[in-house]
Amino acid sequence: MADERLSEESFFSRFFKKPEFTSVVGVLGVFLVFFAIADDAMFSLEGVLSWTEQAALIGILAVGACLLMIGGEFDLSVGSMIGFSGMVMAIMTVEYGIPAWISIISAFIIACSIGFLNGYIVVKTKLPSFIVTLASLFILRGLTVAVSRMLTNQTLVGGVKDASAGDWLASLFGGEAFTGLFLYLADVGIIEKFADGTPVVTGVKMLLVWWFGLTVIGIIILRLTKYGNWIYATGGDEQASKNMGVPTDKVKIMLFVGTAFCATVFAACQVFDYGSADAQRGLLKEFEAIIAVVMGGALLTGGYGTVIGASLGALIFGIVNIGISYTAIDSDWFRVFLGMMLLGAVMLSNSVRKKIMRS
Amino acid sequence: MMKKPIIEIKDVTKHFGNIIALGGISMDLYPGEVMCLLGDNGAGKSTLIKTLAGVHPKTSGTYKVEGKDVVDPTPEKLLHAGIATVYQDLSTIPLMSISRNFFLGQEQEIEKKWGPFKRLDFKKANKIAFDAMKEIGINIREASQAVGTLSGGERQCLAIAKAVHFGAKVLILDEPTSALGVAQSSMVLKYILQARANNLAVIFITHNVYHAYAVGDRFTILNRGKTFGTYEKNNVTTEELQEKMAGGKVIQDLSGELGEDSKNL
Repeated sequence: MADERLSEESFFSRFFKKPEFTSVVGVLGVFLVFFAIADDAMFSLEGVLSWTEQAALIGILAVGACLLMIGGEFDLSVGSMIGFSGMVMAIMTVEYGIPAWISIISAFIIACSIGFLNGYIVVKTKLPSFIVTLASLFILRGLTVAVSRMLTNQTLVGGVKDASAGDWLASLFGGEAFTGLFLYLADVGIIEKFADGTPVVTGVKMLLVWWFGLTVIGIIILRLTKYGNWIYATGGDEQASKNMGVPTDKVKIMLFVGTAFCATVFAACQVFDYGSADAQRGLLKEFEAIIAVVMGGALLTGGYGTVIGASLGALIFGIVNIGISYTAIDSDWFRVFLGMMLLGAVMLSNSVRKKIMRS
Repeated sequence: MMKKPIIEIKDVTKHFGNIIALGGISMDLYPGEVMCLLGDNGAGKSTLIKTLAGVHPKTSGTYKVEGKDVVDPTPEKLLHAGIATVYQDLSTIPLMSISRNFFLGQEQEIEKKWGPFKRLDFKKANKIAFDAMKEIGINIREASQAVGTLSGGERQCLAIAKAVHFGAKVLILDEPTSALGVAQSSMVLKYILQARANNLAVIFITHNVYHAYAVGDRFTILNRGKTFGTYEKNNVTTEELQEKMAGGKVIQDLSGELGEDSKNL
């Protein structure tokens, strides 16, 4: 017998209940606004690449931050980790002449160990991750500045490009992808060329490839594997998850390792693209990543959200951040808009959650 | 009885420091019966469940499952031995879908080889979860809807259905009806009877004598960490159970006292 309460759901109400809802609406919204008010140059190839690069930087961090937030925790040390990992790579490569690939792998190992330690302290002490990683935020930043000055007498290390020229792993972070394709497109006249025959845009920066790759991996883990099930469960109700045999401590620790990994990817892309490292890099990035995740529809209380949503949140961030300079609006206003969008997104996703639980 | 007990505990004690939570509990449980554990707050019901479920190791006494001593109990070990515990509010995750909840922590059945990795087969998961819910008479729109959309009784039934699906021989149900309304409770009670008919052993913890009497075969009363006695259904009435549960204090006395107070309000 059919239950009268089981009425068919409309397509719209189904879509409204998806966690990605806020971010899809947000992306469409900002696109419409910038189509209307921004200079056409924003949607030229160079323009598109400039805001997708900005989106990619936040997006790389957002993937890790999103999984961790769904698991019910925060990592505020992401920004400091970027500065720290970048300095590790640069100092090892430039000051000590160690091959770049060894420096990079070492930086990943050290960063992931620190992420592990963050997670371990959180699960063992049961203190809020907000406080534990706030402590790491200061410790790591201070350590980076102090140790850099001790070893090199400065907090900025340049000359990474020369020291890492031809290194296979460095080019996976600082190089460009699809250069052949872009050359071909320029030859057939789709992309404009400079006078000397090189294309205006020679390729896509590797950080875009990393953003895409990490997003796909994040989606697969969360949607298709048992680990995704465990992450949702751990953030949804830790005690219930434990009762059902989910190793919640291990899940959380691994998620902290994940955010540290993403921060190091970010650092490596910057160091080998700019050719330098600065102990002050990555300032406030942890909050920008959290903004992207929340705009992507994840709940701050954990247990709910998607990686695709977080990546779309990062895209919104990139469009608004860079797009504003293609408009008549002074870019000083960017943070004002960002804060307002964050507030709007939180209110929207809060009402979405209530709807899901009522349905 | 000729059958062999599936669970047998004798003089089990549990001390937390110098607090004696269980001061000697003896009880046995046979397949195809519902044993109700009755007791007031603080009688030791929760501690006993957690001891049976392997959360706390016992301090002394014997605990046998199918005639074998349980050594170094952990929740995983006992779950593996077929003893599944359904905690009142802590057995489902509201924000997750029904099928994700159904397989949470026991994903092997829906894992599918995917190159060097394993992925979850949600088509299969949805079908199994949907059918399992249908079998116990709960119509859901689809297994991918959030558990938060289910009623309290349906959530309890989902947790029990999950335990049964994964081969539980003993169900330990911790106050499954105490937060539920009448219709919801009867849904859960009906399901308990269905589990008994399938030869499962059920330990039903409650302080509602009427719920217990509706489905129970035997009743064990706990009082201040000790077994006060075990009674067969045909030798005891609900009034007697109520009285024993209150530690000898007759319920009429209680309502009398309350009556005096309520006049002064």
